[in-house]
Amino acid sequence: MKKSPVSMTINGQPVEELVEPRTLLIHFLREQLNLTGAHIGCETSHCGACTIDLDGKSVKSCTIFTLQAEGAHIRTIEGMAAADGTLHALQEAFREKHGLQCGYCTPGMILRAWRLLQENPDPTDAEIRFGIAGNLCRCTGYQNIVAAIKHAAILMAGAQQKEAAE
Amino acid sequence: MNQFEYELAPNVENAVASGRSNGAVFLAGGTNLIDLMKGNLVRPTRLVDINRLPGLDRIEFLPDGGVRIGALVRNSDLAHDPKFARDFPAVAEALLSGASPQLRNAATVAGNVMQRTRCPYFYDAASACNKREPGAGCEARGGHSRLQAILGWSAHCIATHPSDFSVPLVAFDAVVEIDGPQGRRDVALEDFYLLPGNTPERETILAPGELIVAIRLPAQAALFAGHARYLKIRDRTSYAFAVVSAAAGLRIEGDRIVEARLALGGVALKPWRARAAEACLMGRRAGREEFAEASMLALQEARPSGENEFKIELARRLVVRAFERTAIDNTARLSPLPASIVNLTEEIQR
Repeated sequence: MKKSPVSMTINGQPVEELVEPRTLLIHFLREQLNLTGAHIGCETSHCGACTIDLDGKSVKSCTIFTLQAEGAHIRTIEGMAAADGTLHALQEAFREKHGLQCGYCTPGMILRAWRLLQENPDPTDAEIRFGIAGNLCRCTGYQNIVAAIKHAAILMAGAQQKEAAE
Repeated sequence: MNQFEYELAPNVENAVASGRSNGAVFLAGGTNLIDLMKGNLVRPTRLVDINRLPGLDRIEFLPDGGVRIGALVRNSDLAHDPKFARDFPAVAEALLSGASPQLRNAATVAGNVMQRTRCPYFYDAASACNKREPGAGCEARGGHSRLQAILGWSAHCIATHPSDFSVPLVAFDAVVEIDGPQGRRDVALEDFYLLPGNTPERETILAPGELIVAIRLPAQAALFAGHARYLKIRDRTSYAFAVVSAAAGLRIEGDRIVEARLALGGVALKPWRARAAEACLMGRRAGREEFAEASMLALQEARPSGENEFKIELARRLVVRAFERTAIDNTARLSPLPASIVNLTEEIQR
């Protein structure tokens, strides 16, 4: 099958590649670009391990053809920490609050939580649980994930206030 | 997954022309189609990507009070539009009680209406299914039938339609705008879906190449804004399809109901409009006894298709509860969370 050109911006970097029409975005990220942070869990859009941010929205990259993402701006877990390795507030919070055990769901969970906090910087527990309903974790029972996201909300609000003061 | 030709449609005319060809399938959000393709249950030879069709991603509030929702509006964008949620609260509530944030972000409104049943036998290529292969038989009958239909089913198919969104749309007389090789036509959503009968492989009235371009809610639908709810009963409190669901609307003047609307989800291969129940509430008080009478009429033709007799009583009780919630003025209630998740759990706990 003839490959088609596709271009997009991933974690701020322009990308131009050739793909088969049937290539799913998660396979493109992992196998063609070697961005293996987004995980493949169920591959049927249930588990959310493949969650990425695409044009300002959380989506499941296992249920999107790469060609659908033509021209898109994408963020993956690889784009969360600063260039010098300083962890993002959400990554800090997940570590601080034990928001992960095996870590398999974590990249998707963090990307989803990041977008949730962009949309709602001070969510209630219920809003967090509703917001991460599409991300399954089989280790933590979600208690610590919810605590981590709440903690990150405080860290991010603090950082913003500091920025505003400066 | 099979190989296919990919084509990005620049306009509706081209999309319709390409969609007519044998083996062509339209691709919008892809949240259901891609899963079906992964399972080799749908094997298109050509995908016509309609995601960039100009003008189809708009919500237009019409001067008469109705709304025209472009086919490509994403489920989350519609549910979170403040004016839409205020004017059509039951529809917003239904959207938010379906799927997960990621899927609502990707899925379009027309794709939601077009999604296929989640009958496990339809998804299991090793099982006989008349919908997938006409004449093959139906293994759901006599199988795991707990979640299957109790209304409108046939010996050939007992599946249900999984959409939450479509349930209030049918209750409030939504119309589907279709473009196709023969031109434009409008069809009431209730008539858009086909019951299984002898031809469960035919699910909608769409002809080859025909494309949904918009969904309209009439001005009358907004008259229920103060009294409209969508309640969904499911096996777990998030991210599950309905066991049964109900979209209810009331117009109340003084202490009398002047108009009622009711449609049920999870009970049939289409959202089930319960007109006899609506009619019996006209001119009556908004009380528990009246709603109980309506619930009996709503389910009077129901019969189990297997191990699902419980759904009939569950649906009756849901109708009563939905109308009771609906009778409470909800103009002030614009929670970002749907009734069936947080509020209802809290209400039950109280």
